[in-house]
Amino acid sequence: MTRYLILRILAAVPVLLGITLVVFVILSLIPGDPAMAILGSYSTPENVAQLNQQLGLDRPLFQRYFIWLGNILQGDFGRSFALNRPVIDEIIERFHATLILSGTAFLICSLLGIMAGVISATRQYSWADKFITFSVLIGISVPSFFLGMMMILYFAVQLRWFPASGMYALYGGGGLSDLLSHLVMPALALAAVATGVIARLSRAAMLEVLRLDFIRTARAKGAPERRVILRHALRHAIVSILPVLGLQAGFVLSGAVYIEIVFQWPGVGRMLVDAILARDIILVQGGVLFVASCYVIFNIIVDAAQLWLDPRVKS
Amino acid sequence: MINIYHDKLTVAMSTEWEVTTMIIIKSAYRTVFAAIMLVVSSGFFMGSVSASTPDNVLVVGQIAEPKSLDPATVTAVNDFRILMNIYDGLVRYKDGALEVEPALAESWDISADGKTYTFKLRSGVKFQDGTNVDADAVKFNFDRMLDDKHPFHNTGPFPLSFFFSAIEKVEAVNSSTVRFTLNAPYAPFLSNLAYPTGLIASPAAIKKYGKDFGRNPVGTGAFKFDTWKSNEAVIVSRNEGHWEGKAGTEAVIFRPITDGNTRVAEMLSGGIDMMVEVPPTSLAKFSGNNFAVAEQAGPHVWFLILNAKEGPFANKLVRQAANYAINKKAIVEDVLEGTAAIAAGPTPPAFAWAYNDALEPYPYDPAKAKALLKEAGVSNAKLTFYVTQGGSGMLDPVAMGTAIQADLSAVGFDVEIKTFEWNAFLGEVNPGLEGKADMAEMAWMTNDPDTLPYLALRTAAWPDKGGFNSGYYSNPKVDELLEAARSSTDQAERARLYKEMQTVVQEDAPWVFVANWKQNAVTSSKVQNFSLQPSFLLLLKDVQKK
Repeated sequence: MTRYLILRILAAVPVLLGITLVVFVILSLIPGDPAMAILGSYSTPENVAQLNQQLGLDRPLFQRYFIWLGNILQGDFGRSFALNRPVIDEIIERFHATLILSGTAFLICSLLGIMAGVISATRQYSWADKFITFSVLIGISVPSFFLGMMMILYFAVQLRWFPASGMYALYGGGGLSDLLSHLVMPALALAAVATGVIARLSRAAMLEVLRLDFIRTARAKGAPERRVILRHALRHAIVSILPVLGLQAGFVLSGAVYIEIVFQWPGVGRMLVDAILARDIILVQGGVLFVASCYVIFNIIVDAAQLWLDPRVKS
Repeated sequence: MINIYHDKLTVAMSTEWEVTTMIIIKSAYRTVFAAIMLVVSSGFFMGSVSASTPDNVLVVGQIAEPKSLDPATVTAVNDFRILMNIYDGLVRYKDGALEVEPALAESWDISADGKTYTFKLRSGVKFQDGTNVDADAVKFNFDRMLDDKHPFHNTGPFPLSFFFSAIEKVEAVNSSTVRFTLNAPYAPFLSNLAYPTGLIASPAAIKKYGKDFGRNPVGTGAFKFDTWKSNEAVIVSRNEGHWEGKAGTEAVIFRPITDGNTRVAEMLSGGIDMMVEVPPTSLAKFSGNNFAVAEQAGPHVWFLILNAKEGPFANKLVRQAANYAINKKAIVEDVLEGTAAIAAGPTPPAFAWAYNDALEPYPYDPAKAKALLKEAGVSNAKLTFYVTQGGSGMLDPVAMGTAIQADLSAVGFDVEIKTFEWNAFLGEVNPGLEGKADMAEMAWMTNDPDTLPYLALRTAAWPDKGGFNSGYYSNPKVDELLEAARSSTDQAERARLYKEMQTVVQEDAPWVFVANWKQNAVTSSKVQNFSLQPSFLLLLKDVQKK
């Protein structure tokens, strides 16, 4: 298993390199450049050329990519054009916010999703099943940013239960309860779609397992229902649910972009959007590298968990 | 709360099988619901606290995260709104006008040839780090921007340094006198000094922080910089030693809230005291007594560049026809919901001293437009129209473009719209429309009546000569008037020249003059003594919060 994990981590390196190369090329191909974004209406060809030269953007594309890559290998993520500060400072400041948001959303969608799936499956065609299936359909269908906006309107503007945006109150805030009150709405909005997906899949997986012979055997030999569901059925079904959790982790990370904008959450997603609009290629590269690494790591963890849970693979 | 929930569920259970299932997941349920309820209830108690901002601290909802707080390196109005409160310049705009008055300089002399400006600095003014504002400090600021051999030139780039490209040298005559020598008479020099690019920063702090000065700004302004939490807030607090007296609030918190709807929601829920750039469709939400809406027309003009070099618009009659054909009233009232006024000519009325009041906007007169087209012998002319999806000062460009297309079609043009993202749009339009398009949307916000016509209407400003005259308009009379106005140091004479230029340009119709944007802001009823400035800069020194 250790060998497998090492191989997986090594295999991630070309994936990450590929991602940075693709992002670099795409950003260079779309019209506009950092100088133009900075100068706005004042961007004459002359001013743009001069500013690009000062920013070091007059070199050929691939030369710039390899300079960037070389610097990364030495731990230098470069300096953002638009923000005029080291990329790594910006990413570190932003990244914990994204991790808190996505992590919470991931926890919510995993727990609620699997739970809803189990309830649905064990009580197929009951009112609870119908209710859950219906809610899941809504959860999957409503875009997260729209849900977020509606939540703000209702819970922040009308009821005033939660602050409308931000991560901490800027005055007298900063504690855990402050963070939680800011976190509830964005985390739920972000988790909604993933919860739906996981619930659907868990329901299907559980239904399939509950029909199998060993479940009937377990019941026949008199195992309590609790044990049958949790130890026998869910343990078996979870093996096919796990890979989807890995995918949803990626979804939650990327979905954070919209949610961070709607809720003004100071995370990497918003940073990336701003950076793309400013054609701030160095900052985009740094941010994408971080997000992609996270995604890869999540998936490796999920694979490892699957190995650990599935005795057939373990040997 | 949790137990009640369980009881209800338990009652609803009918079969033993279901009860068992319920018990199975009970523990998981309990954990999750406990967590959610904890959070919900914390929200309950937090609610009343977090929804109101503290006394004497003003929270401003900005439209974006600032790029940097180094005045020499930034270009966005969003950044200027903070900068103007941390720094002062040698001169500044008078309250409610676009004319300059003394700030760090208490007086100045302009030589007869208009090439030498000598400023006498206010005595005893200190930067927020305790160092003196003297002639050397002023010289340092301009040399840093303009001299590529200056030891701190590497703290750039300085994208708007061309505002000061007329400066040949800056000399510290003595500690309180600084002299600028220009390479040619340049009348907008004083307004450019009043622009945020001309704000004076502490040389000691620039030397200390180098490239990171933009995140550790030190100026002389009414507020001094405290903290910058990335994408959360920039916090500034009252500068107790400000030369003009203390500010009205203890601190100002600038919060970046990119999404217009979220900004409105924060304002409605009391999370901010002031918001700028209210989306036109949301203005009605702030009509009650709890809010005040401020409006101010600014030095902004939204226009259509017409390609005067080739195609139908090479004929002046056709250009005039386009001006008659477009219903500007419908655009400003219906599309822009009254957040703009109809533009009459190339110069916005906000430049009151240079604006020609006698100018009437082209009336909406489709019959007249048709007659002009007939006179010009043009029928069913095909037009390619460049439209942007959005950009600085562009208001609602797609909706406006569509309305314009409909108006032009109604008088017999066949208009094809091509839409571009802002950066791509500038990349297409600024190099000139020749061979590509007949007309393009454009908007400018400037700080001097010279800037826009000088950069975009002169023959010497055609794109191939490095200017912004993308429609190749050329009238020797206009060239002459603009050059004369730029070299004159007498404001009355400049005003006369600009007014004459406006009359000529309106008649020639190189553009369709569409709208002048009215900037808006909403404040809560606690905020007092606030007004928007025609410069579009946000001045918070005298604002109070009760």
